Amino acid sequence: MPPATSPEAIRLAVDIGGTFTDVVLETPDARYSTKVLTTKAAPEDGVLDGMLRALKLAKMAPSAVGLIVHGTTLATNAIIERKGARTALVTTKGFRDSIEMAQENRFEQYDIFIEKPEPLVPRTLRFTVPERVDAKGAVRLALDENAVGELAQTLKAQGVEAIAVGFLHSYANPAHERRAGEILAAALPGVRVSLSSEVCPEVREYERFSTTCANAYVQPLMARYLENLRKRIAAAGFGCPVLLMTSGGGLTTLETAARFPIRLVESGPAGGVILSTWIAERFGIDRILSFDMGGTTAKICIIDDGKPMASRSFEVDRRYRFMKGSGLPVRIPVIEMVEIGAGGGSLAGVDEMKRITVGPESAGSDPGPACYRLGGVRPAVTDANVVLGRIDPDRFAGGSITLDAGLSRGAVDAHVGAPLELDTTLAAFGISEVVEENMANAARVHAVERGAELEGRTLIAFGGGAPLHAARLAEKLGIADVLIPASAGVGSAVGFLRAPIAFEVVRSRFVRLASFDAASVNAMFAEMEKEATDVVKLGAAPGAKITISRSADMRYAGQGHEILVELPDGPFTATSVAELRKRFEAGYRTLFSRVVPGVDVEVTGWILKAETPAPGRSDQADLGPPGPLMSGAGAPRSDETRNLFDPMLRDYTSVPVYQRKTLKAGQVLQGPAVIAEDETTTIITSGFVATLDPSGAIRLTAKSAVLQEAAQ
Amino acid sequence: MRANHPLSRIEYQVMWNRLISVVEEQAQTLVRTAFGTATREAGDLSAGVYDTQGRMLAQAVTGTPGHVNSMAMSVGYVLDKVPLAKMNDGDAFIVNDPWQGTGHLNDIVIVTPTFRRGTAVGLFACTLHVVDIGGRGIMGAAQQVYEEGLYLPITKIVDRGEMNQWLIDIIAANVREPVQVIGDIYSEISSNEVGGKRLVAMMDEFGLEHLDDLAKHILDHSREASLAAINRLPHGTYHNTMMVDGINGKSMEIKAKLTIGPDGIDVDFAGSPGMVQLGINVPLCYTEAYTSFGVKCIVAPHVPNNAASLATIRVTAPEGCILNAKHPAPVAARSIIGQMLPDVVFGCLQQALPDGVPAEGTSCLWNVRLMGGMGRVDGDPAVLQKATPFNVTSFHSGGTGARPKLDGLSATAFPSGVRNVPIEITETIAPVLVWSKEYRTDSGGAGEYRGGLGQIMEVESAEDMPFGISTSFDRVVYPPRGRAGGLAGMTGRVELASGKTLPPKAHSSIPVGERLRVSMPGGGGYGDPRKRPAAKVADDVARGLVSVEKARELYGVAVTADFAVDEPETAKLRMAVAAE
Repeated sequence: MPPATSPEAIRLAVDIGGTFTDVVLETPDARYSTKVLTTKAAPEDGVLDGMLRALKLAKMAPSAVGLIVHGTTLATNAIIERKGARTALVTTKGFRDSIEMAQENRFEQYDIFIEKPEPLVPRTLRFTVPERVDAKGAVRLALDENAVGELAQTLKAQGVEAIAVGFLHSYANPAHERRAGEILAAALPGVRVSLSSEVCPEVREYERFSTTCANAYVQPLMARYLENLRKRIAAAGFGCPVLLMTSGGGLTTLETAARFPIRLVESGPAGGVILSTWIAERFGIDRILSFDMGGTTAKICIIDDGKPMASRSFEVDRRYRFMKGSGLPVRIPVIEMVEIGAGGGSLAGVDEMKRITVGPESAGSDPGPACYRLGGVRPAVTDANVVLGRIDPDRFAGGSITLDAGLSRGAVDAHVGAPLELDTTLAAFGISEVVEENMANAARVHAVERGAELEGRTLIAFGGGAPLHAARLAEKLGIADVLIPASAGVGSAVGFLRAPIAFEVVRSRFVRLASFDAASVNAMFAEMEKEATDVVKLGAAPGAKITISRSADMRYAGQGHEILVELPDGPFTATSVAELRKRFEAGYRTLFSRVVPGVDVEVTGWILKAETPAPGRSDQADLGPPGPLMSGAGAPRSDETRNLFDPMLRDYTSVPVYQRKTLKAGQVLQGPAVIAEDETTTIITSGFVATLDPSGAIRLTAKSAVLQEAAQ
Repeated sequence: MRANHPLSRIEYQVMWNRLISVVEEQAQTLVRTAFGTATREAGDLSAGVYDTQGRMLAQAVTGTPGHVNSMAMSVGYVLDKVPLAKMNDGDAFIVNDPWQGTGHLNDIVIVTPTFRRGTAVGLFACTLHVVDIGGRGIMGAAQQVYEEGLYLPITKIVDRGEMNQWLIDIIAANVREPVQVIGDIYSEISSNEVGGKRLVAMMDEFGLEHLDDLAKHILDHSREASLAAINRLPHGTYHNTMMVDGINGKSMEIKAKLTIGPDGIDVDFAGSPGMVQLGINVPLCYTEAYTSFGVKCIVAPHVPNNAASLATIRVTAPEGCILNAKHPAPVAARSIIGQMLPDVVFGCLQQALPDGVPAEGTSCLWNVRLMGGMGRVDGDPAVLQKATPFNVTSFHSGGTGARPKLDGLSATAFPSGVRNVPIEITETIAPVLVWSKEYRTDSGGAGEYRGGLGQIMEVESAEDMPFGISTSFDRVVYPPRGRAGGLAGMTGRVELASGKTLPPKAHSSIPVGERLRVSMPGGGGYGDPRKRPAAKVADDVARGLVSVEKARELYGVAVTADFAVDEPETAKLRMAVAAE
């Protein structure tokens, strides 16, 4: 642990979101946070403004800061708003349309009016050159370098700002892509070139090309932004390094971020998951379900033994009810989350089968839920929560907006109660049950896809909407333990400060265990390790220990989908085959309950991750907000009561309302009860008991679990 | 549960949602464990849950309308043969009888009873398409179903948790790709088990002893919703006919009569031609599947598939008609005509719902089914001995019909919902090189809304060997027709790159040094092409989707060399037509 005076121990985190830029400043004994509006035209303005405000709160100078950690949705927004660079794709002759044909399917079977996602590079900017490499990496047709040279002139004339190069089977042999890249870079100085064999060296041309195009598409914008930011930070007197948060949950340097900006998408939600992971570690909990619920969507992530589930498949800009297939695929290391259209603003209605529907359509903030009095007429989840007594209409968002409960009741009645002949209360209860069931089902399907069990996990809930629904969601999932951390409102930024510096590299190489050649796999890993550690070293403290972890995508030869298998440390030998098969089959059995006898096992992808703690990351216990929370327990005090609908009792009941800021560590609250604070409200259902943790977290424990423990 | 309490309605809904989520989990398991590309890459599978009477309560939304209610019926047949009382926990049954399964031998259905506390509470079924089932292939020369491969009547494949190894050995011995096929069957068994576990967990959570009340709730509401949707349409009887290519130069006219009435929709195919001696015959279960899919897309797309919603659409065809083929007719390629049925139905529905249905599309999948090695292709045996034996099916599609207010989708499957197989995957598992896979200019039917484009694929052997293709294509003679003044899409074609035309429904060999070229049809257009905004036509020309010549000839739009609209010339062209 560095001494308190070490400048490295003073760290800033900045999270640029769509609306707000969150800034958190941590010193060894305090945490300061601030929110400023995101300045879309020049986001670095908001970043600087926020950082200086946070420093002012802490009465510190920029020079005192040892590290800045930054995450941003800029890359994602550029794709969603289609405001990236004028990008060209250079591909193998005959494959001009791969990125538009996509998977030749419709993501929604019964809707004949769907529109498929428009690729980032239109057909007019997709060009082909004669060349061909086969599946084994052998050259079948040499690269026509003259054609590439001529194409460079066309691209110049077209005013192209970024270039993606994607050739067939380049994951197996990148020579043609590299050569074409060199020729284009030489002919078009100042235009960045992304090679598919570098951005995403994996088999399946559509996903690889799509990822490469997305990287190229956001690259000029991100490179410009990162450069401006670097200059502004230096000019403001910060002398410290800046690290960027990636979608995989690790930090990376400015240089790497500018090279692979596509890896920065979804960094905000990743920060939230890192926070959950950190809290889990601190509480000594190894099985977590991380639950983040905001205004429009909810995100759920499974965390085991301190590791969030990882994946390399992600879709940006899912346009059709958040449906799989309606967005653009990017294959990058990501923390795997399910995102569903379930937030406070999600709208409720009744469908043809007289079923209550909730989301994915959202009222957003304008007009917002009916109770906002901004003209919204359809009921949102927030309206149901008002009717059920979960939200105090007079103190919403710290009292900054007064909600109209009458409008909530009217909307719930008109759109759900009347068509179903339910009274207002039951209609509102129906809405909340459905949104909670939707989240529970999404979590269940996700768990089965990943071979995980939900029962017995701890739910960590953050984001404005999560504490309202966490207890009921837990009941539905058979979860007996719920944690609601302090500072949940800036959870992502706090999470950034807990992230390691990390870089992951991947190789697609098909190896059958029956013909496993240890030497060549060892050589490949050595090369990958160098590549990954070189990137990590750029940001690591001198002499910091770099940890390597390796995994593989494995399947039975002949299958089409792989499972991720952790690999043993150290070089492989001839006898490793038995161990690899054992690990694969153990994983396979967990996922699918039986193994398939007599079939060879094959590795399709090899993954290596290098990581090291970020400089100055303290391993001390987490900080709670300063104040009375840290001092002694006693009976909790409540000055008011509220009528709350309890799902287990299936009726309203008068419950005490506690103010979170007046609660003290160690205090115990019996559900049903309500804990109110400015950003959110925690609902303790009749099935739960709440205790206040010294860190400021609220921990809910199912009464059944408490009884069980007492009995033992 | 207090059945009359208003709360129970909310609880039923929660359980209904849960049941749908359970079958999605079941289907996911199938996709993730299957061996054949049809399931794992293309999503050609289905999964569903049934009550103890064999009524389907929920079905996963997957890529295959062909299984929509055909699989649902399989469970009934299994229960007819083996009453629930005779089933044990841990049993599973297999069937690929085309008339009791999903229409051809390649589709293997597995049915598994689910037990809770020793009592059977429901059943799970799933279906997938195996890459080979022996016989003479999908478009072989089989004249009877006996020649089409291994025929499995309803048989027990797992007995109280023990695999029936005898049966597994028989299957393995009768198919060309035993590892894939047996692997797929394992995968189906696992997926039903996963579904069963989830169902039991759900019943525990809600304290359900049986599914009867929930089934009633689901089926009643689905029936009501389906009928409400149907009754929004004008009642009446509507007729349509559509030409399909048929075989051996003999085209066929498919005739449909669709009646919308207060109790549902009846579709009858009387007047359609009789069976033929090639596997394009369609068992009625498959006719029903694609017909009801077509109706549902237009009439009630949001009502989930189950026994009650499907019962509101009734499909008939005279016995011995090509759409109600009887045993032992060959049926392996029943999808060719089956997939055309939604277009036939759309033509009827358009009369009830003007501006509500799309133009005709390619409709039948243009799967490129390739093979090589001894016994799979014509050639000198001495040479073929050195060839890598392989069988690979790559799923591909032409264009869909233009929609009212929207262009058609290019190179996109409809009505099938399968995904393609990436070229890099095809080339990894089979010794072929695909030299081209691009949109086919001018193939989309002209219209105010343009039909989707087809695509052209060129394939060569990667090892200088002859290879074979088994074609099962339609829309080679009769193109997809346009609607509301839109023009037809382009017909498809199979040929050697050197020029020789190959038959669209046969097995052909591609000699060494030749490339195979498959040009897929485009969808029909919607509305008068002269009403398409000139700027959109120019944009299509800039993108190379429409040629300069066709822009002028069909759309009446003159496009300059830098892809701008030549306004005066265009006005003249469009005026000239208006004057006609």
